[in-house]
Amino acid sequence: MDTNTKQHPGAVEKVLRSGILSWILILTIWGLGSLAYDEYFLPSPKETLDSMWTLIQNGTLWADIAASVWRFIRGWALAVVVGVPLGLVVGSFTPVRWLVEPILSFFRFVPAIALTTLFLMWFGVGDQSKIALIFYASFFPIFVNTIAGVASTDASLIEAASCMGAKKARIFFTVMVPSAVSNIYTGIRLGLGSAIICIVAAEMLVGNDGLGYLINSSKLYFKTGWAFAGILSLAVIGFAADRLLQFIGKRTLKHFGVR
Amino acid sequence: MYIELRHIHKSFGDFKASDDVSFSIEKGKLIGLLGPSGSGKTTILRMLAGLEHQDSGDIYIDGKLVNDLPSNERGIGFVFQSYALFPYLNVYQNIAYGLNIQKKDKAFIQNRVRELLDLVGLPGLEKRYPDQLSGGQRQRIALARALAPNPELLLLDEPFAAIDAKVRKELRTWLRQTIDKIGITSIFVTHDQDEAIEVADEIVITNQGRVEQVGDPAQIYLHPKTPFVAQFIGQSDVITHYSRLRGFEHVKGKHNAVIRPEFIEIHKFTDDGHHDFESSMEDGTVTEVCFRGSSYEVRVDIGGMTVTGRYPLGGQALRRGDQVKVFIRQLYTFDETSTEIITNKALDQSDLYYI
Repeated sequence: MDTNTKQHPGAVEKVLRSGILSWILILTIWGLGSLAYDEYFLPSPKETLDSMWTLIQNGTLWADIAASVWRFIRGWALAVVVGVPLGLVVGSFTPVRWLVEPILSFFRFVPAIALTTLFLMWFGVGDQSKIALIFYASFFPIFVNTIAGVASTDASLIEAASCMGAKKARIFFTVMVPSAVSNIYTGIRLGLGSAIICIVAAEMLVGNDGLGYLINSSKLYFKTGWAFAGILSLAVIGFAADRLLQFIGKRTLKHFGVR
Repeated sequence: MYIELRHIHKSFGDFKASDDVSFSIEKGKLIGLLGPSGSGKTTILRMLAGLEHQDSGDIYIDGKLVNDLPSNERGIGFVFQSYALFPYLNVYQNIAYGLNIQKKDKAFIQNRVRELLDLVGLPGLEKRYPDQLSGGQRQRIALARALAPNPELLLLDEPFAAIDAKVRKELRTWLRQTIDKIGITSIFVTHDQDEAIEVADEIVITNQGRVEQVGDPAQIYLHPKTPFVAQFIGQSDVITHYSRLRGFEHVKGKHNAVIRPEFIEIHKFTDDGHHDFESSMEDGTVTEVCFRGSSYEVRVDIGGMTVTGRYPLGGQALRRGDQVKVFIRQLYTFDETSTEIITNKALDQSDLYYI
């Protein structure tokens, strides 16, 4: 058996790699842990599922998920639409890059959450301030990665294009942009992660729907199960969105160096 | 002259990449730019392509001064050491890249791509992506792509450096044949003298930013003009005090000499008979014997000087420590600026004797 696993993956290796064991392990620990405490402190997996079921039945969970997803998609999409072209331009003009980089490295250390109060004052308590916050959070990874992607274009590709008669604009569109695709894709994926983190924070501070609101309000009703339901939904959404992006990336962008 | 470089100077900071480089090339020739790394050969190639700009001096291509012409207007095909194929384009799109810039119609491009794939011996690979090709195949596609827009001059930067030894030999011969077929003026850079000698019509030898010698391979091999060339070309042992050797006298001002394997004969005499030139031979001790396929490569110590020679397979077996007789037919003596061939006096005398 042991020698067998080395040549081609055996049953044990397959199960380990699938992650099923990891799930069983975490559920077991969680379940055992919950035996020691009451459901107000640590609800068991089953109690969490029950809470979820209640919330699904009365429609709250769907509504909150929809509200959160719709917000982060808008903020994130805006970041992509602004960050990618801007990054492409900044990355391809070295002097502009020099101008922008110090500003970037300064704001990199200002987390979106720190700006919540400011954004509430500037954009009001509605969706706008939350979308702005998500935009801010996901813009940076997208923008920075796009700049890096363009700036790290293999010089010999640019030279090859130039020798074949390509002028600046053509080199930008046929060499620099395609060369940056892999980095842009990474930026978009990282941006998605930031967007999800940020939406919860924003909704926890202000508003009356969304998963952040659900998690935050559970303390008012002493429903720890709701908080767990919200957290679980977030994890599932994040995981699914990332996997979806990964799937699309691997399928369509293979030749751009996306692995 | 088709291509002419006149007094080219180029520095990168303190580093002189080109120090008064001048040479010219006839149309249709295949030229090898040969030199050790850092000798400035790639810089010359890049300046010809317009990828680098000389600090001073003029470059002419086909009688036209191209100093101020950017690379995208020079009409040059450039093959990079790293291939530089666009990884996100398939073979067809890669080869068609330059043709699209020339605004050729689709039917023309299709024909041209097919024609080039036939030329480089890889028909049917249109749909493949660069990462689905072997190193040798990539280099062929890179050549096809460079040739597609019909350049007047083809430049190749160490075209075989990244390819393994066996394929490299095949590709060399193939490149020579392919370039002959199209008749395009070509310059390639290499640090491998076998490659240069085998492939090029003419070799330009560079060292420390200067051109040391220009000529056809045989001429350079037989008549190295500078000390550097004498040592760089062929397998060379540099010795001092060559006047201690029998049959050689000191040439004024030239203290060092180069001896190549083909200049010496190694003998192991077991009889007591008389041998030609025996009185002019040196006594030596074998220090190393290496099997080289068609012969042995033998290093012999002659009174503190080490020389390398070849020894036939069929002869008396040689072992380390064996006493041998070494006949040195000729050597190159050199000083700072020039070289001179001197022949063993025994050969002069015997010539006289026979006449």
